[in-house]
Amino acid sequence: MSLVAVGLGGALAAGVLTALAAVVVPRRVRSAVAGTGTVVTGGAGVMAGVGAMTGSSLSVALPGLLPLSGVSLTLDALGGLFVAVTGGVAVAAGVYGISYTRSHGLDARGVQVVFPLFVVAMLLVPAAASVGTFLVCWELMALFSLLLVVAEHRHRPEVAQAGRWYAVMTHLGFVAVLIGLLVFVAHAADDSFPALREAGRHLSPGAAGLVFVVTLAGFASKAGILPLHAWLPRAHPEAPSHVSALMSAAMVNPGVYGLVRVGFDLLGGGTLWWWLLVLALGAVSAVYGILQAAMSTDLKRLLGQSTTENMGLVLVGVGAAGVFATSGNRVLAGVALAAALLHVINHAAFKTLLFLAAGSVLHGTGARDLDALGGLRAGMPQTTAAFGLGALAASALPPGTAFVSEWLLLQALIHGLPAPGATGGTAAAIAMPLAVAAVALTAGLAVATFVKAFGVGFLAKPRSAAAGNAHESPPAMLVGMGLAGVACVVLALLPTLVLPAVGTVSGVALGVGDPAVSGAVTVRLAGVAGALSPLMLTLALLAAVVLVVGAVRVVAARRARRAARLWDCGGGPMSARMEYTATSFAEPLQRVFDDVVRPEQDVDVTHHEESRYLVQAVEYRRKVPDRVERRLYEPVLAAVAAWGRAGRRLATGSVHRYLGYGFYTLCAVLILVAVTR
Amino acid sequence: MSALGIVGGVVQPVLIVAGSPLLVGVMRQVRARLEGRAGPGVGQPWRDLRKLFGKERISPRGTSEVFRVAPLVLVATTLVVAVVTPFVTTDSAVDPVADLFAVVALLALGAVTLALAGLDTGTAFGGMGSSREMTILALVEPTLLVSIFALSVRVGSTNLGAIVSATLHDPVRVISPVSLLAAVALIIVIVAETGRLPVDNPSTHLELTMVHEAMVLEYAGPDLALVELASAMRMSVFLGLLANLFLPWGIASTATPIALLVGVLALIIKVGLLGVLLAAGEVFLAKLRLFRVPELLAGSFLLSLLAVAASFFLA
Repeated sequence: MSLVAVGLGGALAAGVLTALAAVVVPRRVRSAVAGTGTVVTGGAGVMAGVGAMTGSSLSVALPGLLPLSGVSLTLDALGGLFVAVTGGVAVAAGVYGISYTRSHGLDARGVQVVFPLFVVAMLLVPAAASVGTFLVCWELMALFSLLLVVAEHRHRPEVAQAGRWYAVMTHLGFVAVLIGLLVFVAHAADDSFPALREAGRHLSPGAAGLVFVVTLAGFASKAGILPLHAWLPRAHPEAPSHVSALMSAAMVNPGVYGLVRVGFDLLGGGTLWWWLLVLALGAVSAVYGILQAAMSTDLKRLLGQSTTENMGLVLVGVGAAGVFATSGNRVLAGVALAAALLHVINHAAFKTLLFLAAGSVLHGTGARDLDALGGLRAGMPQTTAAFGLGALAASALPPGTAFVSEWLLLQALIHGLPAPGATGGTAAAIAMPLAVAAVALTAGLAVATFVKAFGVGFLAKPRSAAAGNAHESPPAMLVGMGLAGVACVVLALLPTLVLPAVGTVSGVALGVGDPAVSGAVTVRLAGVAGALSPLMLTLALLAAVVLVVGAVRVVAARRARRAARLWDCGGGPMSARMEYTATSFAEPLQRVFDDVVRPEQDVDVTHHEESRYLVQAVEYRRKVPDRVERRLYEPVLAAVAAWGRAGRRLATGSVHRYLGYGFYTLCAVLILVAVTR
Repeated sequence: MSALGIVGGVVQPVLIVAGSPLLVGVMRQVRARLEGRAGPGVGQPWRDLRKLFGKERISPRGTSEVFRVAPLVLVATTLVVAVVTPFVTTDSAVDPVADLFAVVALLALGAVTLALAGLDTGTAFGGMGSSREMTILALVEPTLLVSIFALSVRVGSTNLGAIVSATLHDPVRVISPVSLLAAVALIIVIVAETGRLPVDNPSTHLELTMVHEAMVLEYAGPDLALVELASAMRMSVFLGLLANLFLPWGIASTATPIALLVGVLALIIKVGLLGVLLAAGEVFLAKLRLFRVPELLAGSFLLSLLAVAASFFLA
């Protein structure tokens, strides 16, 4: 039996057995059993994924398992990458969940049973080999995650609202994927992916474009891409933190997987405008997502918005790969897709770490609001280190993980400028510089965002009593964060461990034989003069630090360090209220991007009752609403509500009237049939 | 890793560390003379550094390791850039790091650690300085990267050695619209990154207008010396980068003593000249309001975008 078969079978068996065990075992050990089982499930998933990426593949057909279409699973290299990522995130989240669920009152049966099943459903989506199987797994993934999102609805009313948003949006996305794939299947022999691949070659451009755009809408809503992102910053933060990690790091990836699978594999690449659309959506999402995150003061919401940003960057890579592939430059397309896929892996690693650290903050202080945090480095040093590592990784600075993938992405974009005077290259010549600018602005804003999150949240003085009394999390949570942290460090220093495999996957997905990326210590790109060695960069940086420390030892006077007062302008000790908060930190950026974010400000001045010239109190409120939501969702919701009210007049409660409706409808149908026949 | 690269990797950092305080001294002296003052002399920054290194170390209460490590990281990042960038020799000591993106990101890393140190103090000034510095950094990034794009298109690589060598072999490129537009964009960016007028005033101590000075307000003694040294080094590194990206002549491409000597002298002359021009220009400028700075940076972004467009449409 191959590694893939053992891994996938093991993951399925472990997940289902864990769910069953969680039903029967007593509450005392339930968290431990479910957590350990999820770790085993995730580990088996990693094994299957790595096996599939290194060449072996698996095909299973179980025709009797589901009515009509049956179940058929195939794990190839592309699916393997996503299975491995999901498995890895599940391992860290599973360990973390052991303590987290116990201390947050989440060890009732519901959460513990659904959690491993959610992991199993996510592992199966990239392994599905027919439209029926794919849609069933997709829907199971959505349902299980929905149950987990609303786990804490009794404690906080926002959770229920987030759950409603999520339920509606995820099902609209499901319907879009369903419609797109059904249109596709109508042109194919049956609903298996090989049949679709065959049909994709003969599909008319109009039909193919329709399939692509409709499925793109569904997949984009899963990945949190604008303008279908509204559910993401609501649902991800409201879920329990280990579920947030799993959703934000793993559950957004099937959107990317679906796009690559349908666009490149099944539809065979398509035309230029498809990929320019993907590129534009990605660029807009990246900039808008990080801009929202830069304004956000809720730690978990900020991380959710940063997921939109990172998925946007991934889509920039996928879109660029499509643009290059349709214009014939398949080698460069391989580099761009490798950059996108590497960013998927990196994002999974650091987003897991960040969400788990945010959960640890929630555990230690009970607060998520950055304006109420601060000074956590004293009470929770390990969590601070974990969040700092994640923030470094997320802000695309060396020696962080995202730096490598964004470097790769920028290399692909820069070399994508067509040769001067090339015919038909104008679109790419305009798109590439703008994409570089969008990626650059995103990187710059990400730096500001994560300096804010880390600097305001963890450094400085505590801004509330809760933050002052912060305590470190139990060992299982620290181990979970440690696993994610190790993944971040390894990916940052030795991306060459995974890059050749990622390059091969992207080559296979695009139908190019050669791997796009190679090198043992230095990352080297195929067909492009670019090389980078993150390991040597880090070593050089460490050597320089050692050198500076040594030089300072020699040069500086050997006198003991003395503690002194902070400069307080002679006004006595400074209180935490004088510190910069997350809101004030983001204020200059908010002013600069005033036209984009449109903050709502409100100043209320209460005058003294004796005289209008004396002010008793000034109240200042500021809110940064999601402008896309304001302009796009609220009108639609208002229209739906208006139609509902109009429709209410038809339903008076009279049974005779309802029978009448039935009669008239039947007559209308009969007349229609008679006329059209 | 060639002999030329290793020699460059040793000579460059020594030259930058020793020369950058002198550059700051020259710039201050030029400003002083143009403003009708006598000025403290070119060696004053070095005298200040010697004095600061001799003082005791002070840790403000309530600050953490981040505050103490930041000056070290700031100097270290600049030092790595000084080693790998082709300033004196076309080959780099650590070639896989001599990538324009990596260099830009390393310099940003230095700025970020200092911003974190500013937040770590928990004072209003520290937070204010970091907030402003990060805003400017976020807005500078697009211009910087798109300019890099424009410069690397004609070479087909973002490796600094490759860009410099290509310009050396094809001097006509320097007066192409691509180069000129990118150069203007980069100059504006460098003024913003090094905290010079009209973006930030390095000699201000008026709290409400400070950016860089607000972040480092709590540093004293050897820590302050490191921060000051690093600021001076960053200035030299940026000016050296500007000089060698557009006017690389004189840089050593063989490992002979004569060539190296010419390389060193050429770098000193180029950077010195740029510094004098920058200082002379500052005499005629007032500081912009902080919220007018984005307009300046948007202008420079437009220029860099035009540079890329020119590389496609005019070539």
